[in-house]
Amino acid sequence: MKILKDVVGCRLSVVTRSIRYVVGARLATVGTTKRQPTTDNRQPLLALAFIFLATAASAQDIVIRDATILTITHGKIEHGSILVHGGKIAAVGTNDQVKAPANAQVIDAAGKFVMPGIVDTHSHTAVEGSVNEISLPNSGMVRIGDVLNNEDINVYRQLAGGTTTALVLHGSANPIGGQSQIVKWKWGHPVSEWPIADAPRTIKFALGENPKSSNFRPPPGIPAQYPQTRMGVEEVIRQSFIDAKDYTARWDEYEARKKRGENPIPPRHDILMETMVDILKGKIDVHSHCYRSDEIMMLLNVADEEGFKIRELQHVLEGYKVAKEIAAHGVGGGTFIDWWGFKAEAWDAIPYNVALMTRAGVLTSVNSDSDELARHLNQDAAKAMKYGGLSEEEALKLCTLNGAKQLRLDHRIGSIDVGKDADIVIWTGHPFSTYSRVETTLVDGEILFDHTRDLAMRKDMATEKKERLKKEADEEAKNKKNAKPGKSDDEAKPEVTND
Amino acid sequence: MTNEARSASSVAPAARRLDRWRLAGGLLACMIATSAFAQSVILNSPGKKPLVAIRNATIVPVTSAPIPNGTIVFNNGVITAVGANIAIPANATVIDGTGLFVYPGLIDSGSHVGLEEISAVPGTVDTAELGDINPNARAEIAVNPHSNIIPVTRVNGITTVVTEPEGGIISGSSAMIQLAGWTPQEMTLKAPLAMHIHFPRLRSNAFDEAPPDEEAAKEAAKNYTKQIDKLHDTFRDAQAYAKASAARTNNAAIKRIDRDVILEALVPVVEGREPVVIHANLERDIRAALKFADEFKLKVILADAEDVARVIPELKSRNIPVILGPILSLPPHEDDPYDLVFTNAKTLYDAGIPFAIQSQDSHNARNLPYQAAACAAFGLPKDVALRSITIAPAQIFGLADKIGSLETGKLANIIVTDGDPLEIVTHVRRLFIGGEEITLDTNQTLLWEKFKARP
Repeated sequence: MKILKDVVGCRLSVVTRSIRYVVGARLATVGTTKRQPTTDNRQPLLALAFIFLATAASAQDIVIRDATILTITHGKIEHGSILVHGGKIAAVGTNDQVKAPANAQVIDAAGKFVMPGIVDTHSHTAVEGSVNEISLPNSGMVRIGDVLNNEDINVYRQLAGGTTTALVLHGSANPIGGQSQIVKWKWGHPVSEWPIADAPRTIKFALGENPKSSNFRPPPGIPAQYPQTRMGVEEVIRQSFIDAKDYTARWDEYEARKKRGENPIPPRHDILMETMVDILKGKIDVHSHCYRSDEIMMLLNVADEEGFKIRELQHVLEGYKVAKEIAAHGVGGGTFIDWWGFKAEAWDAIPYNVALMTRAGVLTSVNSDSDELARHLNQDAAKAMKYGGLSEEEALKLCTLNGAKQLRLDHRIGSIDVGKDADIVIWTGHPFSTYSRVETTLVDGEILFDHTRDLAMRKDMATEKKERLKKEADEEAKNKKNAKPGKSDDEAKPEVTND
Repeated sequence: MTNEARSASSVAPAARRLDRWRLAGGLLACMIATSAFAQSVILNSPGKKPLVAIRNATIVPVTSAPIPNGTIVFNNGVITAVGANIAIPANATVIDGTGLFVYPGLIDSGSHVGLEEISAVPGTVDTAELGDINPNARAEIAVNPHSNIIPVTRVNGITTVVTEPEGGIISGSSAMIQLAGWTPQEMTLKAPLAMHIHFPRLRSNAFDEAPPDEEAAKEAAKNYTKQIDKLHDTFRDAQAYAKASAARTNNAAIKRIDRDVILEALVPVVEGREPVVIHANLERDIRAALKFADEFKLKVILADAEDVARVIPELKSRNIPVILGPILSLPPHEDDPYDLVFTNAKTLYDAGIPFAIQSQDSHNARNLPYQAAACAAFGLPKDVALRSITIAPAQIFGLADKIGSLETGKLANIIVTDGDPLEIVTHVRRLFIGGEEITLDTNQTLLWEKFKARP
């Protein structure tokens, strides 16, 4: 049942998210949940402010001692140490190579394993309400970054699974969906501090069954939406870029006429068209949901012909069938390792996809598309050793460095290297062992999850919950008593409790 | 048209009807031929149950201590000897197990394997019948022995599964099936295995736990009461039906009653001969389920049960076993500990309550061993995690004389591995079901080979 819920909730996200919206089940909570405004990437002042805050919050130096360090970029260090300073990795090496200041907090990680924070290039976690602006075939004007909820408990749960960075995507209900948001899971921080300052802007495209509404019947009274075929999906994408070029031409003409001293009427500003123009200029990275090999080829061809680039193919379950074409285009692939058969276009999904794409030279990652799976992407990476025989080093990159590269953030995340962000996960054993669990997770040098601390907090939480429930019950009892028939509200005296 | 396709069209009645429309008939024949080809690797069993000895392996019988450098012998589908110093029969096929491990085949205590193919394509899904009360629905009737999911389930060592219906309130009965066989009947170890009740839940819609507003809450409560009443009414009718049937059996003079297949399916249940697997997740629902079970004196197995830690004394006092899983799922409440579902197994183990683990899946039932391992990552002893997908389900479902461990006299459901089957990086090297060696090829490995060779 749970798996089904996952499948329905995420893989067929069009279905449930929109039904949820239609039914109005969540509407009641949408307006009331406290939410911090998101930082707009284009506002440098705010961006600077949150960098400052993040640094201030993680001023404490930390040294992790005596661990097996899986650096990702330069092998394994036995009995290794990492010094964290100012939210960054200041030193990495064997125990004797790493000197730490006397006041640094020491984490004894003897017998434990350390790896960089897991990068999830396909998340819908912390999205408030629906992930789909379902009403238009191209909804590229909307932004997921505007609707992030920093109280989503799944963020904390994912930190407890070692995931620290995520690309939070719009849904797959339309060929061109909304703009997505790259964040760090900075639990406990205002949501304005979540976006990574120098992360690229991104947008979601989607091909196949979801944008053509194959597994979703619109509610009564609502007509079916174009497109209904893969042909229509292609047309929507192509036409959008044709429109964007015309839009640019109109503005160019206007500027030219102005230059000539004429007094032209300016074209109408259109934020959807401006988004499309930014894709053409390479200012927004395209991450496209896709399954079947034919639709993958379609997108690569449209991109070639219309002059834009695809950054990452998402899901890309049949990527192995056209791996050399994907590699030739320099496009990445982020996929589920072993999910298959949940719909017709996932029938030929095989767990060897990751290995076959990797061998063909495709930059490949494993990602979640699920609040649940995002808690153990390390295990999905391990499965690439089992199915298709990737080396441990190659497999470790699937959930760390390769995702960082797909997000164009490998200069700051994805490995344990000096100068990179201190996004670090300490495991009780090798992260590829099913018997291991996360002990501690650091984001930007700050401990945001710790198993021991979590156990202690549970007791406090239980006490607090008990007290609050009691208080509420007491108050209710008191009110009931005061509201006895024959007594008006004015006469009610809460302090009179003789009986 | 190939001969194969011709013969396919000549035997298929549908194709016969379409003979006049050559094109249509030809197309259908091609489809049949294609699907026959696609399933060619799923030859479930060569039909031989040879005398085999695996020696020099680490043998993990589960019910006793691991045997280094041990030998296991099986013949005619049954284990004939297990131990350190076993004489190998002269005519046995000998497998050298040096560096390898031998375990009993793993058992999934709850799945839909065989009952569905592509989740989003209704024509391929046979898990849920219409309506709330379907005790007469029997899983083994709809198991497709040639489902592509079956070989995929085997790759990580699962040889046996409980496959179950899931619709409505009384969903129907499950079957314990071997993942090999040419017909559902050959596959079936025991059916009906248990009656499955998906206990009514107090909720307003399919997506949210809490009713969003007062009106919806009232509606949900009304609907809930209706469902509970329906369940009670059905069981009272079944009790009366059982009583009437028994009375007539003992006394032919008593007036005949018309047969009712729905109530008839519940007779062994109300008479306590067939267990009921009650699926309930939240504390409130579990308590309601226990009350219901008490009233009708049912032999209960509690399933799903994410809130199980809140009802330990109640389960203990009633001696109710639990089927947990999927373990890799989110906690039911926002304020639950993040590891609630991972730690439930340890909680039950500490309390001495028997439990097994289920995938509650079909396509990825193959990940069952990693679900069990997740419990061990959070405190359950590793050997108990292994038991939860071998001997524990066999005991809970009353099949411990046949499956669940490597013991003389049991079915030769055997896997040979290069390590601990609960670790992802371990490979299953050979797999035997009822003494027959079964291929580890799947359509997925075929596609892998095919596209590895793409020029």
